[in-house]
Amino acid sequence: MKKLPWLLALLLIGGSLGLAQPRTVRIGFVSTLSGGGAALGIDVRDGFNLALRLQNNQLGGLPAEVLIADDQQNPDVARQAVDRMLKRDRVDFLTGIIFSNVLLAVGEAIFEEKVFYISPNAGPSEYAGEQCNPYFVNVAWQNDNLHEAMGQYVQTRRFENVFLLAPNYPAGRDALTGFKRFFKGRVVAEVYHRLGQLDFSAEIAQIRAARPKAVYAFEPGAMGVNFIKQYAEAGLMREIPLFLPGFSADADVIRAVGRPMVGIYNSSQWALELNNPVNQRFVEEFRRAYGRTPTLYAAQGYDAALLLDAAIRAVGGDLSKKDELRRAMLAGFNSTRGFVRFSPNGYPIQNYYLRQVVQQPNGEIVNRLVGTIFTNHRDAYVEKCRLR
Amino acid sequence: MPPSLFAEQLLNGLQFGLMLFLLAAGLTLVFGIMDMINLAHGSLYMIGAYLTATFVGLLGNFWLAVLLAVLGTALVGMLLELTVLRQLYRRDHLSQVLATFALILIINEGVRMIWGSQPLLLSAPEGLSGPVELLPGFSYSAYRLTLIGVGLLVALLLFWLVNRTRVGMWLRAGASNREMAQVMGVPIRPLFTLLFGVGAGLCAIAGAFLGPILAVQIGMGESILILAFVVIVIGGIGSIKGALVGSLLVGMVDTAGRAFLPLLLSQVAPPEVASNLGPALASILIYLLMAAVLFFRPQGLFPVRT
Repeated sequence: MKKLPWLLALLLIGGSLGLAQPRTVRIGFVSTLSGGGAALGIDVRDGFNLALRLQNNQLGGLPAEVLIADDQQNPDVARQAVDRMLKRDRVDFLTGIIFSNVLLAVGEAIFEEKVFYISPNAGPSEYAGEQCNPYFVNVAWQNDNLHEAMGQYVQTRRFENVFLLAPNYPAGRDALTGFKRFFKGRVVAEVYHRLGQLDFSAEIAQIRAARPKAVYAFEPGAMGVNFIKQYAEAGLMREIPLFLPGFSADADVIRAVGRPMVGIYNSSQWALELNNPVNQRFVEEFRRAYGRTPTLYAAQGYDAALLLDAAIRAVGGDLSKKDELRRAMLAGFNSTRGFVRFSPNGYPIQNYYLRQVVQQPNGEIVNRLVGTIFTNHRDAYVEKCRLR
Repeated sequence: MPPSLFAEQLLNGLQFGLMLFLLAAGLTLVFGIMDMINLAHGSLYMIGAYLTATFVGLLGNFWLAVLLAVLGTALVGMLLELTVLRQLYRRDHLSQVLATFALILIINEGVRMIWGSQPLLLSAPEGLSGPVELLPGFSYSAYRLTLIGVGLLVALLLFWLVNRTRVGMWLRAGASNREMAQVMGVPIRPLFTLLFGVGAGLCAIAGAFLGPILAVQIGMGESILILAFVVIVIGGIGSIKGALVGSLLVGMVDTAGRAFLPLLLSQVAPPEVASNLGPALASILIYLLMAAVLFFRPQGLFPVRT
């Protein structure tokens, strides 16, 4: 019986040690890592991992554990991965999804569990307006935004009409809606095609026959690479100027398509040469770690980790304070784009830039920052969101 | 409707049809002569595309890469025949379907292990990456024109092989009556192996040339294989002529449907709906075509067996 006090003492010490030991923060990272959209998911993942590694695998002072799953750009596969992470792994945050149709298929399940979803890419209009949710924060943009910027730019160039092309899925429809919100000229045709389509011969024939003054196309991933290549092969690049959102004209697409890209204007919330210390460190470290030029997707992944870091730090690592976490996230953080804060619907308020693909004297083809299209731009749906 | 749109779609249909023919030709011979359903035929197409992309990366020369990829895929095809498929000839169709479906999964995973799950980049050769002016004011992709040329050339070669050579005679004999051909001393076993090699080589040509237009990725053979089966059902199983006519029909109908149906529908419906309905109707159109052919000519347009 003499041993009992000792045992109790040991238990107490052990218990207090257990309390003193910081808990780990678990991040579920579901993304498109195979197939035609893989380049996007891989860049987001690499950016996210880089940010974590640069801060010793900690987020806001807590040791971080990242569970990665490939959704294969398939809503059903994503659904299974998300369920597993919510129910079995009990993750504290989810992030990583690239495609809006995938996100829309799993969003409700995540919000129901009161788990924050930090979107590094997909920004469907559905979650920006009436269906906005306190557990949703998008660190990148609302789907319409980059296209709004390009609509504005094409408008300033005074093209009398334009041909619009996008895949038929939520982000594709958001894209053309965004473009038309700022482009006031005539839309010759608005063509949607199957998501993941790779042969654009039919669409290119339609463009040629419609004889528009300009073409605007939203084609993420492999679709963009194929469309731009085929547009050039058909000889349309010289006849009808092609305008793109930054998605289809970033380092990954330039690497794949090459010279035909030179001269193309595109819009982005991020640019390689943005002059702030966070971005400079990101670009340098990304090149060193992966040996390639980062894309806007990589910057978005990196920013998702920085946002989490700032928010967890703000609540002192107490992840149960959900309201405070949300307020901390919306208040903003130092991103690769400078300080970014958020609207009540969780979407960023930020600048949108005009870039042009140019060939440097040494032959390298890069995106050059040309100017700013929008300053502190908000999404068009925030008024419909009841959150404050 | 402007005539240039029509002409361009005609060329697109021709190009797609001829590439389909390369796939359907091997499939129809194997199906017709050996009575063997090979679902893994599309996997050989994928292997051809991957080998081409790899050789282009190693050698930097597209044409040499295609040649090596065709030889390599033919070798893979013959090896498959000697090791696995040979065991299946005596089995019923269901076993063949199951076994070759398993092959699809195995080959997909194998490719993933060797090349990774990201698509490979394959570009058209430098000289062909521009347009060609066919008529004043009407230009068309030089690469797609080359595809049409290659497809026609291979089709001619194949017709010569089947109709003018001894091997071709054996093939035709095997297709119209297998038992009789065997009795008459046609060397069936080596012929089958050779045939698999040729079929695989044709797949590789299609994979190599479609690689720069589509994407070299895992599972690329599955969607196109379904169309190839539709082609041989329409054309008549075992017939090369049937495969050619069927391919061109399917190619034209598919391309025209994808281009014109959304256009027509957009006159009466919003663009999202039109572009949803258009391709759906276009693919239904192909199956309608197949159903109509089967209704009037259950053996296909050019049946081999009587």
